[in-house]
Amino acid sequence: MGLAKRVIPCLDIAEGRVVKGVNFVNLRDAGDPVEVARRYDEQGADEIAFLDIRASIENRGLLYNMIEAVADQVFIPLTVGGGVNSIDDIRALLNAGADKVSINTAGVKNPALIAEASRHFGAQCIVAAIDAKQCEVDAWQVYIHGGRTPTGIDAVEWAAEAATLGAGEILLTSMDRDGAKTGFDLKLTRAVVDAVDVPVIASGGVGSLGDLVDGITIGGADAVLAASIFHYGEFTVGQAKSAMAAAGIEIRR
Amino acid sequence: MPEIAVIDYGMGNLRSVAKALHHVAPNRDIVVSADPAVIRAARRVVLPGQSAMPDCIRCLDETGLRDVVMEVVRDRPFLGICLGLQMLFDESEEGPTATLGVVEGRVVRFRDEDMLSASGDRLKVPHMGWSPVRQTRSHPLWAEIPDATRFYFAHSYYPAPADPEIGAGTAAYPTPFTCAIAQANIFAVQFHPEKSHRAGLQLLANFVAWDGRA
Repeated sequence: MGLAKRVIPCLDIAEGRVVKGVNFVNLRDAGDPVEVARRYDEQGADEIAFLDIRASIENRGLLYNMIEAVADQVFIPLTVGGGVNSIDDIRALLNAGADKVSINTAGVKNPALIAEASRHFGAQCIVAAIDAKQCEVDAWQVYIHGGRTPTGIDAVEWAAEAATLGAGEILLTSMDRDGAKTGFDLKLTRAVVDAVDVPVIASGGVGSLGDLVDGITIGGADAVLAASIFHYGEFTVGQAKSAMAAAGIEIRR
Repeated sequence: MPEIAVIDYGMGNLRSVAKALHHVAPNRDIVVSADPAVIRAARRVVLPGQSAMPDCIRCLDETGLRDVVMEVVRDRPFLGICLGLQMLFDESEEGPTATLGVVEGRVVRFRDEDMLSASGDRLKVPHMGWSPVRQTRSHPLWAEIPDATRFYFAHSYYPAPADPEIGAGTAAYPTPFTCAIAQANIFAVQFHPEKSHRAGLQLLANFVAWDGRA
């Protein structure tokens, strides 16, 4: 037995509440973050990710309160991202109870932030979140500002640089697959896994339990992140793990 | 007089450790403190830690807490977590720094050449996630925790004690390494019990009930 592959449910957060929506519109309140997090915790989630989709400064206090409330009751690692711009932001999130903080736009604009954050807090709690969109055959471009702004930066090269700068993990989201439920972009996942020597979390596109299996066996990911298949009650984390175990993947029971 | 003091030397997320202790011992007085008098008065002490060893040691010295740690580590139930384990050793490959030297041995980094699994995959560093822990000896802190239960790890360095007898648990990544030590009133773990779900909470409950004897 060795290291288990991880299953990570992801919650979108706005104003300190869990929200559901399609492409950031028609957001509906989907519950109390503590209750939702506890449900996933009970189902056997290995970590829980939170993405503050509004990430506005005036709502930051609500996010901190939410993390504190979740961390009171859920004793597995919590990763929090969305609008992380500075060392102070990271410190505030860690102090609120986050175990890892994901950096996206600010890291692309200012790569030194990743290096500084890693030095300050340790690589184990700094996650580089990358939103990638295919731009030509076997090539993917980094987008920032929640997927609105193309950067012209090659996603695989940026992943390698972020790891070198000190990110302890890469959270890789395929924008082409996000919400499409057609499975992870396995070529993208594999390209990044092969380019970095830190763990890679595959994200974007999970529509079936087989997709989770493929992300690990074909994509080579160390962890798989999914939102909608868990939120809408299609599958539990336990069912996801059973499917992975049946495919010969080592998981935590 | 607090029952349990979590030593706050300005590094990392102490809240998780305190919250998890509070969860398993809701009626005990648990404090997160940087006050030497409060730490000295506590019946049992937890030394958490994350980030880089040189930073941790620098913070410990800047807050003036080295002396009190050296005192309480010798005479009451003491739990070290992650960097709180690593700081106890004589030296670390993470950088030249005056560690506490309470436990003989070194802290070393996973080596690239050792990171190939039996199936030929290259294992990633940091070692991040849930690995089974082999209990290499019985100890009150392992009570009610089955052998080979998975705990949550997030680290690039691990302890190499000079005396293998003080090892209490190992994990394999892919080579087995010591991930728990027990020396008299000290128990220290490389993994994060406060983030290890039921098994971690059980270990913390065991610590709260421990009389400090192996």
